[in-house]
Amino acid sequence: MPGQKFGPAWFPGLIAVGLILCGALLAVRSPKGVWISFPDWVRSARAVAGVASVVAGLLFYVVAADKLGFYPTALLILIVWMRILGASWRVTLPVAIVATLVIHLSFYKLLRIPLPWGLLERYAF
Amino acid sequence: MLFEALKLVFDPYVLWVILGSAMFGLFVGAVPGLTATMATALLVPVTFFMPPVPAIASIVTATAMAIFAGDIPSCFLRMPGTPASAAYTDEAYAMTKKGQGEVALGAGLVFSVIGGLFGTAVLIAAAPALAEVALRFSSFEYFWLVILGLSSAVFLAIGNPLKGLISLLLGLLVSAVGLDNPAGFPRFTFGNAELAGGLTLIPIMIGMFAVSEIIRGVAGIDKPWEMAQASIGNVFRGMGGLIRKYPWQTLRGSTLGTAIGALPGAGADIAAWMSYAMSKKFSKEPEKFGTGHVEGIIEAGAANNSALAGAWIPALVFGIPGDSITAIVIGVLYIKGLNPGPTIFMNNAVALYAIFIVFILANLLMIPLGVAAIKSAKQMLRAPRELLLPVILLFCIVGSFAINNSAFGVLLMLVFGVIGYLMEENGFPVAPAILGMVLGAMLEEHFISSMIKADGRLIAFFERPIAGGLGILTLAVLSVPLIRAFFRTTMRIPGGGTPK
Repeated sequence: MPGQKFGPAWFPGLIAVGLILCGALLAVRSPKGVWISFPDWVRSARAVAGVASVVAGLLFYVVAADKLGFYPTALLILIVWMRILGASWRVTLPVAIVATLVIHLSFYKLLRIPLPWGLLERYAF
Repeated sequence: MLFEALKLVFDPYVLWVILGSAMFGLFVGAVPGLTATMATALLVPVTFFMPPVPAIASIVTATAMAIFAGDIPSCFLRMPGTPASAAYTDEAYAMTKKGQGEVALGAGLVFSVIGGLFGTAVLIAAAPALAEVALRFSSFEYFWLVILGLSSAVFLAIGNPLKGLISLLLGLLVSAVGLDNPAGFPRFTFGNAELAGGLTLIPIMIGMFAVSEIIRGVAGIDKPWEMAQASIGNVFRGMGGLIRKYPWQTLRGSTLGTAIGALPGAGADIAAWMSYAMSKKFSKEPEKFGTGHVEGIIEAGAANNSALAGAWIPALVFGIPGDSITAIVIGVLYIKGLNPGPTIFMNNAVALYAIFIVFILANLLMIPLGVAAIKSAKQMLRAPRELLLPVILLFCIVGSFAINNSAFGVLLMLVFGVIGYLMEENGFPVAPAILGMVLGAMLEEHFISSMIKADGRLIAFFERPIAGGLGILTLAVLSVPLIRAFFRTTMRIPGGGTPK
C-alpha cells in the first residue's frame, strides 16, 4: 500500500517466509521413499464408511439445512450415522428422534438460536 | 466486594449451572475420546446466552471435573479419559490389576482436589500482582510477551518442535484472514463476505477439538473397550496416610503444574507428563514406577489439575492463553465484556472475585461428585459409542451454527475438524495452531505499531527496560534448542535429546 511503510502485506509475508523455511527443513529431514501411508483402520469397512459418512453428513447439512429445515436434515444424518456405526434400527430410531427434539428445543427455545425450519415452515412453533 | 462476589456465585441459577456443568464435565472426562478442551468448545455456544459469571463458572467447573474424571477410564480400560491422564494411565491400570484400583482412583480424586486448590491459590495471589506490573506495558513489551508465549508453545509441545512451529505459523496465517488488521485492508477474502469478517474461532475450535476427536472415535469404532474388573469400596481409605507419606511430591507436582499451566501453550497434559517424569527421577523407589505404584499418580494427578488454574493467570492478566482451554475462554471473556488485560482488576473486580470463588467451589464440589462418578463409572463407560458419537456431532453442528447463525460455521468446523485430525495423526500438535489463531491479531497489532513508533529501527524493541529484558529472555529461550542441536551434531553428546 502506498504511503504506509508497514502495510497489510508485511505480516502474512513474514509468516510465508517462515513456512517456506520450515517446509524446506521438514522436507530435508524426513525419510525418503515413503510419500503416504495409511493407518490400520482403513482395513475396517465399518470405520471407513463411518469416517466418510461423518464428512458427507456434515457437507449435506451445510448444503441442505436451509432448504429442508433442521428437523428432516438432522434426523436423516443421525439415522445414517448410527446405522453405519452399527446400531440396530430398534435403538437408532428412538434415540435419533429424541436427540433431535432435545437439541432443537434446547437451542431454539432456551437459547433462541434461529435454526432453519425449511420444509416445515408452516408447522413452526 | 467479597460479599458482592459471593452473592453473585451463591445465586440459585449460578449454582444450578455449576452443578449441571460439573456432571457434564465428569461424563465428558470419563469417556475416552471426549476431552476437557472439547467440553469447553461445546459449552461456548450454550454460555453465549448466560450472564458473565455463570458462563465462566460453567467452563471452570466442567474442565476441573473433566481433568479429574480422565483418571477413571485409566483404571478400568487402560485408556486415558483426557490427554491429561495419559502420563499415568499404565500405572493406574497396573494398580487395578493388582487389586488396588480403589487406591488409584482415590489418589486421583484427592490429589486432583489438592492440586486444583493449590493452583487456584496461586492464581488468586499472582494475577493481581502481575497486573500491577502489566499496567506499565507498551506495545514493545506485549510484542515480546506474545513471542515468548508462542515460542514456549512450540518448544513445550509434545513431539517435534519443527512441526510445532509449522502448526503455529499455520494458525497465524488463519488469523490474518479478513479485514481485521491494522491497515483495515481485506486479506485472503477472495471477495467473499463471510471471509471478510475473518474466520470465527469458535467453529474452528469445535472442529479441531471435537470433530477431530469424533473422527478418531469413528475410525477406532471396531476396537472394543475391555473393562477390568475392580470392586470399588471406600476410595478415601488410606488417603490420609498417602498425604502424610508424599507431602513433597504433592507440593512439587502442584507447583510444577501451576508453572507449566501459566506458560502459554502448555497445559494439563504436558504438566502431567513432566511431573510424572520428575516424580520418577526424584523418587526413592524409581524401580517401582510402571508396576502399579501410587507415587507418580499423586504427583502428576496434582499437577494436571493445578495447571488448569495456572493457565488462567496469563489469560486474565495479558490476554495470552496458558493452554487450549483458556484459548477458548479468552473469546468468551471478550463477548461477556470481561476484556482480559491488566485493567480487568479495576473494571471487573467483582466478577473476577466471583470467578475465583467458583474455582474454589468447583474443586471442593469435586469430592462428593467425584465419588459419585467413580461409583457410576461402569455405567458411563458402557455408553454405546455408535449412538454417542452421532449425537455429539449433531451438538457440534448446532453449536457452530449458533455463533453466527450461518451454515458457513458448520463448513468451517468440518474443514478444521479434518485438518485437526490429519495434523494430529501426522505428529503436528494442534495447540500451537490454536494459540497462533488467538494471538495472531494481537501479535500483528503490537508488531506493526511498534515498528511504526520505532520507524523500522529494530533496536527500539530493546530500548525500554522491561521490553529489553523480555526480548533477551525470548531470544535465549529461542536459541537453546539451536545451541543444543549444534552441539549434538558437532560433538555427539550421548543422550543429548529429551525423549517425551
